[in-house]
Amino acid sequence: MIHPTASARGWLTAFLGIARRETQRFVNQRGRFLAALVRPLVWLFIFAAGFRAVLGLSISPPYQTYVLYEVYVTPGLVAMIQLFNGMQSSLSMVYDRETGAMRTLLVSPFPRWFLLGSKLIAGVIVSIIQVFTFLAIAWFWGIRPPAWGYVAVIPALILSGLMLGAMGLFLSSAIRQLENFAGVMNFVIFPMFFASSALYPLWRMRESSPLLHDICLFNPFTHAVELIRFALYLQMNWTALAVVLGCLAAFFGAAVFMYDPQKGLWARRKGGPA
Amino acid sequence: MTAALEIDQVSHNFGAVQALKDVSLTVPQGGFTALLGVNGAGKTTLFSLITRLYNNRSGVIRVAGHDLRRQPSQALARLGVVFQSRAMDADLTIRQNLIYHASLHGIPGRLARPRIDEVLAQVDLADRADARITALSGGQSRRAEIARALIHRPELLLLDEATVGLDVKSRAEVLALTRRLIADHGVSALWATHIMDEIAPDDDLVILHRGQVLRHGPAAQIAGPDGLTRAFLDMTGVAA
Repeated sequence: MIHPTASARGWLTAFLGIARRETQRFVNQRGRFLAALVRPLVWLFIFAAGFRAVLGLSISPPYQTYVLYEVYVTPGLVAMIQLFNGMQSSLSMVYDRETGAMRTLLVSPFPRWFLLGSKLIAGVIVSIIQVFTFLAIAWFWGIRPPAWGYVAVIPALILSGLMLGAMGLFLSSAIRQLENFAGVMNFVIFPMFFASSALYPLWRMRESSPLLHDICLFNPFTHAVELIRFALYLQMNWTALAVVLGCLAAFFGAAVFMYDPQKGLWARRKGGPA
Repeated sequence: MTAALEIDQVSHNFGAVQALKDVSLTVPQGGFTALLGVNGAGKTTLFSLITRLYNNRSGVIRVAGHDLRRQPSQALARLGVVFQSRAMDADLTIRQNLIYHASLHGIPGRLARPRIDEVLAQVDLADRADARITALSGGQSRRAEIARALIHRPELLLLDEATVGLDVKSRAEVLALTRRLIADHGVSALWATHIMDEIAPDDDLVILHRGQVLRHGPAAQIAGPDGLTRAFLDMTGVAA
């Protein structure tokens, strides 16, 4: 028997298999694609139009001029797509665990960090497809960042997608049943999204509440938004990059720990990981 | 000859509850070993340890000579597992599931495709290859699970109550299929069950009760003159 982990080809095959499965599931669940697209579009078309009238924005980096609120909010909505996609991955992990499909993944001879990492990357690929579909529609709505911004934003999307996906993976290890997912929506997704710079600039937040400003500043999602925002306008936000990389390492490390039978919480639970 | 599976002095606790205590057993190469026990005897816990879903903290588990703790990849590559409940992705077809599972064992599509035709023919599902899992009957679904477990040509098949929830006919088919795979392809199998009818007199039998191995030997010898059911009830004290 040729050992599957003995060659690079075996690892590549396993990664491509996991990526293909995630894409097939995404394609099979057309409703998921539409929901992922409709959510930010509703924010862009309705919410942003309403807020444009009441929310004034001064010139702040990376923008060189005054911008419409729609322009400001677009990177936040891009990050929102990735946040929801990361949580969708988390939901699908919990679903896989409940239906038993997770066990086929975990009894593979490849190490768990690799299996989880492959699942994470596959999820990011799906989220980038969603993001570019959204950006294409936004272009017709007049949101037109520099052409090279669409290229420069890809690495930022990969990193922010990985960080949010890793957070989803970590959460999935802590959620025991699908029913608990509503709690994740209320206590993770919404606070993360609203207490960030996705919808309002941080300086605006400081004017109304210094405490809320500080909370937003410590929110990793804020830094994912800023990384995307700066990259889309061909600039680099080094602080955001450092925070995103640090949080990615922390969340992924925690997820691998939790899913490892040698160390994680699964080993101590009756009922186990699958 | 190296045994397909060696379990030596394995114990496992869930907090204060001891699920397995000093379990030792061997599955010979090309053999069919039945693991008989009532619900809660520890069969699924033992399977979870063999498949590394749980951490094995005491004792040794070797699959085809590979220590599960020291060489987990080598050991898992030789295992095919049929879980008690469905483990295939309901959103995908049988073929898509098998391609996915093959990839999890590093088998690329060009090698997997002929293997899929081969294993589906073995389990009599060649004509259902492109059916979604949700469209299969209980018996077909179990056979598809066996096909999944065979796709990487394992040396040892673990079947955890593989006939649970099936009607009598489907149960007999799944059992006959497993026995045929052993006879024709030299695969070894550890068959966990709580149904006495599934055990043949010449099977190698392990009786597991409250996490301990009570007896291990030829089924006919363990059954004695009064039959397996009587012997099992006497041994375990479980009410008939």
